[in-house]
Amino acid sequence: FFKCLHDNEAKSEGRAELIPSIKLRHCCLLRNQRCLTAYLYDRLLRIRALRWEYGSVLPANVRFHMCAEEVQWFSQYKKSLASFMRSLGAGEGLDITQDMKPPKSLYIEVRCLKDHGEFEIDDGTVILLKKNSQHFLPRWKCEQLIRQGVLEHVMS
Amino acid sequence: MNTQSYMPVEPGVGMEENFLSLDDILLAHERLPIRIECAFPRLGFLDKSSDTQDIPEGTKMELPLWLSKGLYERKRRVLSVELPKVYREGWRTVFNADPNVVDLHKMGPYYYGLGSQMLHFDSPENPEVAQTLLQTFIGRFRRTMDSSQNAYNEDTSALVERLDCLEKALFRSGQSGLNGFQGWEKGQASQLTASSLVLNYRKRKMTDVQH
Repeated sequence: FFKCLHDNEAKSEGRAELIPSIKLRHCCLLRNQRCLTAYLYDRLLRIRALRWEYGSVLPANVRFHMCAEEVQWFSQYKKSLASFMRSLGAGEGLDITQDMKPPKSLYIEVRCLKDHGEFEIDDGTVILLKKNSQHFLPRWKCEQLIRQGVLEHVMS
Repeated sequence: MNTQSYMPVEPGVGMEENFLSLDDILLAHERLPIRIECAFPRLGFLDKSSDTQDIPEGTKMELPLWLSKGLYERKRRVLSVELPKVYREGWRTVFNADPNVVDLHKMGPYYYGLGSQMLHFDSPENPEVAQTLLQTFIGRFRRTMDSSQNAYNEDTSALVERLDCLEKALFRSGQSGLNGFQGWEKGQASQLTASSLVLNYRKRKMTDVQH
């Protein structure tokens, strides 16, 4: 790096033969910049996919691996997505992260894969989600939990 | 992550590279035989065989593609790039005879990509190289497409090992299309599934616990 600076000074003094070396070092710097930018961009693409795959609250261990700027980017992406969703459906809002596969029925049969505690559905009944218990629940409440791996969709 | 939500930057088409594409960055790491046309002062440490402080004119070295592309100038002052073996006369006749026989993975996993980038270097054989690349792809494409659409639920390693990276990507998308269609036929399309991220994470956590 310092050799690069030194040569740059020499160039401004008019010694044209050092130009190839300067050019070579510049290529190396550009290459490093390209690799770093592509890596960081790929991380952002994966974080964006997390919002769609996992939901708006990330588990603590995933957040542990993200740097502060990435966490900030994620919360801003969440906000943009939320305001976009609110603007759809004639002012009422439409949750486009639901129903990723076309729904066939309103209620689905699910089996619990691990203990998740109590779960309240719209009409007020509370269901205890214990491992291996099976329930018949409304689709829109379960979709998030199925994607997170807590419940399993049982096809008859 | 091979879900629908993760869309990585794909490699560029033809002679263009995508700046942010990880595949293109790996491709640009391939080495090419180069002859240096003008001296490079104070960079002697790059050439391991000689002990001089500068790199003199006429040295033959192997430089990666990104460096060659960056230093190359049309006025030919700086570098002259030789075509690697695979793109020369001898191998070109082999490709023209029967493209399906060649193990493209061994010939440098980025045969098509590197070949397209070589066209930047104004070698006199460029039209023939371009023609050979195209004909090879056309010749091999039919077999790749057929095998990707008909190998359901089997071990495809024997089919895939002789393909270069571009063909492997085509094979993978063919397979995912086939699997999707078969899943739909079986009625699995309406089944909600856990995200692949969660499944992978759980697998990794199990191995951590075992250690």
